[in-house]
Amino acid sequence: MGNPLMATLTTPSELAQRRPVFRAGGRFDRLVPILTVVLAILVLWYVFAVILNAPGEIDRAERVGHPLSFTQTITATMDARRPVLPAPHQVVAELWKTTVATPVTSKRSLIYHAGVTLSSTLLGFALGTALGILLAIGIVHSKALDKSLMPWIITSQTIPIIALAPMVIVVLNAIDITGLLPKALISMYLAFFPVAVGMVKGLRSPEIMHLDLMHTYSASRAQTFWKLRGPSAVPFLFTSMKVAIAIALVGAIVAELPTGAVAGLGARLLAGSYYGQTVQIWSALIMASICAALLVVIVDAVGKVVTRRMGVQP
Amino acid sequence: MVNTIDSTDAISDPFAAAGHGARPHPPHRSEKVIEAKGLDLTFQTGDGAVHALSDIHLSVERGEFVSLIGPSGCGKTTLLRVIADLERPTGGTIAVNGVSPAQARLARAYGYVFQSSALFPWRTIANNIALPLEIMGFGRADRKQRVRENLELVNLAGFEKKFPWQLSGGMQQRASIARALSFDPDMLLMDEPFGALDEIVRDHLNEQLLRLWAKTKKTVVFVTHSIPEAVFLSTKIVVMSPRPGRVHEIIDCDLGEDRPLDIRESEKFLEIAHRVREGLRAGHSYEE
Repeated sequence: MGNPLMATLTTPSELAQRRPVFRAGGRFDRLVPILTVVLAILVLWYVFAVILNAPGEIDRAERVGHPLSFTQTITATMDARRPVLPAPHQVVAELWKTTVATPVTSKRSLIYHAGVTLSSTLLGFALGTALGILLAIGIVHSKALDKSLMPWIITSQTIPIIALAPMVIVVLNAIDITGLLPKALISMYLAFFPVAVGMVKGLRSPEIMHLDLMHTYSASRAQTFWKLRGPSAVPFLFTSMKVAIAIALVGAIVAELPTGAVAGLGARLLAGSYYGQTVQIWSALIMASICAALLVVIVDAVGKVVTRRMGVQP
Repeated sequence: MVNTIDSTDAISDPFAAAGHGARPHPPHRSEKVIEAKGLDLTFQTGDGAVHALSDIHLSVERGEFVSLIGPSGCGKTTLLRVIADLERPTGGTIAVNGVSPAQARLARAYGYVFQSSALFPWRTIANNIALPLEIMGFGRADRKQRVRENLELVNLAGFEKKFPWQLSGGMQQRASIARALSFDPDMLLMDEPFGALDEIVRDHLNEQLLRLWAKTKKTVVFVTHSIPEAVFLSTKIVVMSPRPGRVHEIIDCDLGEDRPLDIRESEKFLEIAHRVREGLRAGHSYEE
């Protein structure tokens, strides 16, 4: 009680260090909240599958003349042929069927379609990142560009991509640019924005003292850029690239919709909605989000390796 | 840009003319390295004009260790920044090595040490020290050699591959001194380099700095607000007073070459410290 030494020894951080159970359980501690949320979503999903599919199933059974009991209704909603909301296990089964059970070369393989979308995503992401960096360099180094470009960059993002994409695709088609590039350009259009904004911030992030230091060395603008501004902007670059790659994927999918593309996740979504194949739509959606998550994780991992190499305090 | 510094005036000065050009000179006779006459600087801020420096007259000779001391707002850092061409004066003349501060900077006349180490966190200690050498176009072998020599000079040999965060504050500041010395400038401009360090580390670094000064024979201009530090290190103490920043008094500090730490208990040391304190008090007695 009155012992000040004891008081100083039992700070929260001391306690944490003395309890190895907590430290060793770090991974488990992180998994529990994630799994809880997943479970909650699954439960909700099943509940809504029953609620949304029941009227249709009851209606159908009545028309055939075999009214359903309560349990029969529930079972029917779990396995409906054309559900309003497919049950999670139906989507999982469809995913399994179209990925593992189908050769990648087949037009029915979801991996094949994901690959088509990913290739234009990655091309668009690369182009968008390059464009974003170039714009940022121009903006940071020229007052005129700062004043003239920034409003246009912001305006560009206020146009709904769903309205713009068909026009771009049609115009490019008219001048015989087809295939990967038009889709990649839509991705680029979305992806360059976070990179440009993030890099402007990053290139302007060096402390005044560091800039003064470069001035005492009479460093040129190029030297200040390569030795100070560039390295300072790297953490900003990776943060904005994480946003950029996710929306590049959205761009690629949206670009596949108006072209009546035959391949790609967007095409799968479109085909699914034409034929009322909700299971197919949902599995394409899940595939798209898996792709997005993977891409973000990869960019994040590369960013971590790079910043570690740059001596960032772990 | 009210004023461009009139360097021709400075060159016509017989003392400054001897220091024309920025590379090392034989240190056998007294040369004026810094010569400020009637220096004036007014900042235009959103709140109106701030008179940072007013009618500053200062001359620093080669090999001197000059401290600028004064309360905050007295313009000591601003004066150092004018010498380094980080600020442009709005009146008066200043010559560094007989030329304008900008020309002196281009001729690599000085190394500047900031309040904090200002090391680049993504560069190792060795690469931080090599930074000015890369910018100034030194060859790879030369760079390696100079990095090694200067690390030894500040007792940091063996820390080449460490990143700044792996070093203590005092070691970081030593690394930044090594960086300032790496391209062998004539002059070292130091802006409260040990202000953020605790007293024990500070004493230690003061001793090291004196030894380094004796060894390298550089001219040092040192900004501080610590009286013992100024007296212990300097050959000349410039007492400044605030609003507007001006030179109140210049006190010679002739404690001799050999200064062990306990010289600070000697009568002479205390007497000079007392004079500095009196000067500081008189300099802003109009306040309160």
